[in-house]
Amino acid sequence: MISIDIQKKLKAYSGQQWLKVNRDFADGSITKIYGPSGAGKTTFLKVIAGLVQPEKGIIKVDDRVWVDTASKITLSPQDRRTGFVFQDYALFPNMTVQQHLEYASNDARWIQKLLTIGKLETLATHKPLYLSGGQQQRLAILRALAIKPQILLMDEPFSALDAAMKAALISELKVLFNELKATVFIISHNPQELEGLCDEELMIDTEG
Amino acid sequence: MPLVLPPSVLGFYLLIAFSPQHGVGKWLLQTFNIQFVFSFQGLVLASVIYSMPFMIGPIKSALQQLPASLAQASYTLGKTPRQTFLRVLLPNIKPSLLTAIVLTFAHTLGEFGVVLMIGGNIPNVTRVASIAVYDSVEGMDYAAANTYSLLLFCITFVLVIGVFIFNKAHAKSPLE
Repeated sequence: MISIDIQKKLKAYSGQQWLKVNRDFADGSITKIYGPSGAGKTTFLKVIAGLVQPEKGIIKVDDRVWVDTASKITLSPQDRRTGFVFQDYALFPNMTVQQHLEYASNDARWIQKLLTIGKLETLATHKPLYLSGGQQQRLAILRALAIKPQILLMDEPFSALDAAMKAALISELKVLFNELKATVFIISHNPQELEGLCDEELMIDTEG
Repeated sequence: MPLVLPPSVLGFYLLIAFSPQHGVGKWLLQTFNIQFVFSFQGLVLASVIYSMPFMIGPIKSALQQLPASLAQASYTLGKTPRQTFLRVLLPNIKPSLLTAIVLTFAHTLGEFGVVLMIGGNIPNVTRVASIAVYDSVEGMDYAAANTYSLLLFCITFVLVIGVFIFNKAHAKSPLE
């Protein structure tokens, strides 16, 4: 069980806004996150990953406290080890596809499996510069999965994929999520995109 | 400070600081038998102190231009800031790193004020090319001055052209 009750100040043109989320998420659940632009969806994922600190709140994962602002407890991103798929992919320009996965994991069989799922086996020696947008996005997803995360945070992970690739990848990911027993949060602007994949929804809107 | 201080002023302060008569210089001489004043080691140390900011500036700026998400992605993979710096950040500023190293080296090669202050002008010990040019002109030996100047010019020219070619080969077209 992931228990989240946080408040985070957001900067906006209209002044100050607050991102407030107070909700529990079941282990192994897949939650679709949606809401208007600038509402703080990406910030919410970064708060869970430990890349951004909330002003107030508590995050508990299976009774282990990740954040408690009152007690000044903050677990580092390294200790949380959440898989994170960034909206801009955040691929390392100096590493090949294979090296990205080896940087994240030492498990050669797992890396091979991921390459097969992402259909990137033939591109294993290519650097991101020589991959298409869709291939880069798949690599970003595979790299996040390489650490076998307990929690996977995905920021618009399928936006650059064509319909056929998206459907194939989603069906493979469903099996993987189940295998990893990962709790997944996915930001999406496309309501149809995640049909049949998510079992929960979270609407994020700001409060002035 | 080395960026804005006149080199002779910096050299003067280093000369005082490393003087074997007192302070740090005396301690270094008594404890480790090291003398930085009027020695080649002192000349190298002073050049490093003087030129370091010229190297740090471009590297810092290159690091700041990398997307923050690169380091963040590495942290979420469980990597420490040190691992992230060595494996992700540093390799991705290679052209800036090389530019900084080469230009700082070329800049140091032509240094005059700091080197003259701390090293003096001892033949075969601390006399560097830039000082030799000055020395030759003062002694009306324009042929020697020309040789030294041409040598410095050629070295720096080759270095700058080399960096230019390397960076051009690594630069991405804005249309890519």
